[in-house]
Amino acid sequence: MELKEKLVASFMAFENRGNVDLDSKVHQVRTEAFEFFEKNDFPTKRDENWKYTSLKSVLKHDYNVFPKKENTLEFKDVKKYFIHDLDSYKIVFIDGVYSSFLSETTHEGFDICLMSSALKMEKYSGVMEKYFNKIAPKETLTSLNTAFADEGAYIKIGNNTVVPRPIQVINFSTGAEKDIIIQPRNLVIVGENSQVQIIERHQSLTEDHKTFTNSVTEIFADKSSIVDYYKIQNDLETSSLIDGTYIEQQEKSVVNVSTFSFGGKLTRNNLVFHQQGSRTESNLNGISILDGKQHVDNQTLVKHNSPDCESNEMYKGIYAGKSKGVFGGKIIVDQIAQRINAFQKNNSILIGEKSEINAKPQLEIFADDVKCSHGCTIGQLDEDALFYLQSRGIPKKEAKALLLFAFGNDVLEKIKIPQLKSRIRKQIAKSLKVNLEFEW
Amino acid sequence: MSKYTEDDLKKELEVQEYEYGFYTDIESDTFPAGLSEDIIKAISKKKDEPQWLTDWRLDAYRIWKEMEEPDWANVNYEKPDFNAISYYSAPKSVDPNKTLDDVDPELLKTFEKLGISLDEQKKLSGVAVDIIVDSVSVATTFKKTLGEKGIIFCSMSEAVKEHPELVRKYLGTVVPKTDNFYAALNSAVFTDGSFCYIPKGVRCPMELSTYFRINEGGTGQFERTLVIADESSYVSYLEGCTAPARDENQLHAAVVELISMDDAEIKYSTVQNWFPGSKEGKGGVFNFVTKRGICHNRAKISWTQVETGSAITWKYPSCILKGDDSVGEFYSIAVTNNYQQADTGTKMIHLGNNTKSTIISKGVSAGFSQNSYRGLVHISPRAKNARNFSQCDSLLMGDQCGAHTFPYIEVKNNTAKIEHEATTSKIGEEQLFYCNQRGINTEKAIALIVNGFSKDVLNKLPMEFAVEAQKLLEISLEGSVG
Repeated sequence: MELKEKLVASFMAFENRGNVDLDSKVHQVRTEAFEFFEKNDFPTKRDENWKYTSLKSVLKHDYNVFPKKENTLEFKDVKKYFIHDLDSYKIVFIDGVYSSFLSETTHEGFDICLMSSALKMEKYSGVMEKYFNKIAPKETLTSLNTAFADEGAYIKIGNNTVVPRPIQVINFSTGAEKDIIIQPRNLVIVGENSQVQIIERHQSLTEDHKTFTNSVTEIFADKSSIVDYYKIQNDLETSSLIDGTYIEQQEKSVVNVSTFSFGGKLTRNNLVFHQQGSRTESNLNGISILDGKQHVDNQTLVKHNSPDCESNEMYKGIYAGKSKGVFGGKIIVDQIAQRINAFQKNNSILIGEKSEINAKPQLEIFADDVKCSHGCTIGQLDEDALFYLQSRGIPKKEAKALLLFAFGNDVLEKIKIPQLKSRIRKQIAKSLKVNLEFEW
Repeated sequence: MSKYTEDDLKKELEVQEYEYGFYTDIESDTFPAGLSEDIIKAISKKKDEPQWLTDWRLDAYRIWKEMEEPDWANVNYEKPDFNAISYYSAPKSVDPNKTLDDVDPELLKTFEKLGISLDEQKKLSGVAVDIIVDSVSVATTFKKTLGEKGIIFCSMSEAVKEHPELVRKYLGTVVPKTDNFYAALNSAVFTDGSFCYIPKGVRCPMELSTYFRINEGGTGQFERTLVIADESSYVSYLEGCTAPARDENQLHAAVVELISMDDAEIKYSTVQNWFPGSKEGKGGVFNFVTKRGICHNRAKISWTQVETGSAITWKYPSCILKGDDSVGEFYSIAVTNNYQQADTGTKMIHLGNNTKSTIISKGVSAGFSQNSYRGLVHISPRAKNARNFSQCDSLLMGDQCGAHTFPYIEVKNNTAKIEHEATTSKIGEEQLFYCNQRGINTEKAIALIVNGFSKDVLNKLPMEFAVEAQKLLEISLEGSVG
């Protein structure tokens, strides 16, 4: 059966599971989203936004929409996927189902809990009505996620609160039974003058079965809030991820999103910022280090809808083997958004003979008092620099790794959590297949 | 000096607007509007064409009928009704054995108004000109001088008659009939155009130039230009265009094909000054042009364009760098004012080894206009050591206009080195203040700054054109000071 047909059939079952209040707003939103999904097909290469990424190989598998049984994991088996030396809140899902055993949530001072309860419980209905599915766009994949929105992280921080510990959100897929599709739905609401740091990760634990994750996250940053969002994408070559992160920023808020893509068969990141208040700042950072037949597609969009705002974007990519990178960076400056500074930078290094990069940095500017620029380079390691290092006794492999490290360092420096920084460094060293025995 | 008020400016604008917007009353021979196989056969017959070309046209027409009009460009317009256009219009007094003296004096007056007096041109500037009004080539100058060197420079219809082997061999090899909607339409109905052939090892001693003009109302212009530079030759080619001011939109769908053989070089410069429409955005020319060149080994093609006219510009002069060590260049200034829309840029297709391309694009938008750069740099998997440098800068004047960039970069070979940068900003207050402070009024200061901004491109134009282009820039931007 085609995946679409299967999903259509599953939706009925999903809504009939008995725990859905058919009068609720959420149900309405889901039904509308489902209708949209039913009417529209999955994107193909004919769609301008998917010109360089084909979903064919992902969609052809027969995925299980609902996991049959609940799976459990021992902490010691999955410890390495956590940043375990970091004191943090944790929200952990196994095959899309919440694992209270591995998690550490709270309601004290702020809510770090579950989407399922937020969707169901009466006391959250006001919040849900105000925020749920408000900025996620009407696209096939997001609508599909909305239609099946059931579980995920729900993080709501009130005004004037600094969350003392970072929050780790981890989605494990065990693939114990067969190929599986998971659709986490996260909602992050940060009040005025508040601060929060979130680390998100998707991880499959077996190569026996395919995993297809279609994740959607909505983030609302109120006035003067600061949100740091880190995405770690280092999955097995049997899993594919489509991630949509949609952010709405109010006056003077600062939102930083960093995306680290080191693995997965196909990873697609849709990252959208709506600057709704003046003097907001958006920072987008990303490193992709790929090998084999991996494919990463980063699509970013910054919508400057208010005056006096700023956005900085820096994406770096290192492509080895037959890997393929896609970068689409769009900046739209609205007519009323005067005095905007928008900068975008995309640098790629092609190592693999069959590696490939497709870049499309795009500016659409309707205001005149702006400073917008984008730069895009594609090239190789500097032979002279390599020779310099080799002439000083550094073996070629290490010398190359050093240069590549330096190349990605701009982005690494933006990480504010030290434990995370050192973890990413180690990961990069691993990706580059070197053992760098010195402190950074 | 009395103060320069906004009213003065308005008055000046109304007069200055588009100085080429006159219409010459020459008797012309125009076909009824509409397009069908019969019309195409009639065009072909009228021009006394060989059977292969008639078939070629009909084939293109059949392909065109199956095609849909593209709408991916960042422009809004009412789609032209292809059955309301007359596909053939010619000044009646064209004589096949024409000499300058035989040309209709009314027509000559037109050229004088355009600033190209043929006689003068012949004597002074040493530029050979082929002039095309509506659909038919009316005069080609300097033919004899060129003939001595073996250079063929004539109208397309003449070339079809006198050099059919060359035309047949190269026509449609760079822009095939199936290429796109407008190229297919052009292939079916093209009525004239310029043909140029530079033999092996010849360096063309003068600039070759074509002048296009749409005169008759309700007609479209579909010309076809074919420039072939044989091995180790060089040619510099200029193209200029104007049209009368009309309320309706006129369609200009041309195809330009350049073929640069081994070690040859073609420099193609365009100053495009079609009628841009009125201040309110009424009328104007739709300029949907396909321009492409192919470079063989060590060959070079350089496109330079100054775009100030037409209501809608939609064109991408491109280079296919097929041969090893070939070079493609693209220098462009696009200025849009009032309700003009431009979606222009280039495609650099790197197929050979050690190929190089440079793209410099400057966009200036004012008034309510939209100006887009759309480009593609494609490095194929086999193209080793390809090199590209692109720079697209946009200047915005006024808060009602827009500037957009859509660069596509596709790299499939890991030895490629690509650099791309783009900036968008407005004219700096400090720069204006500096000029004002030294007694240069704002209007002049802007012209000065825009000229400086466009210098990289203006420098690439041949002398005669550079002066004209600079003036054009000034006129186009007049009244855009907010």
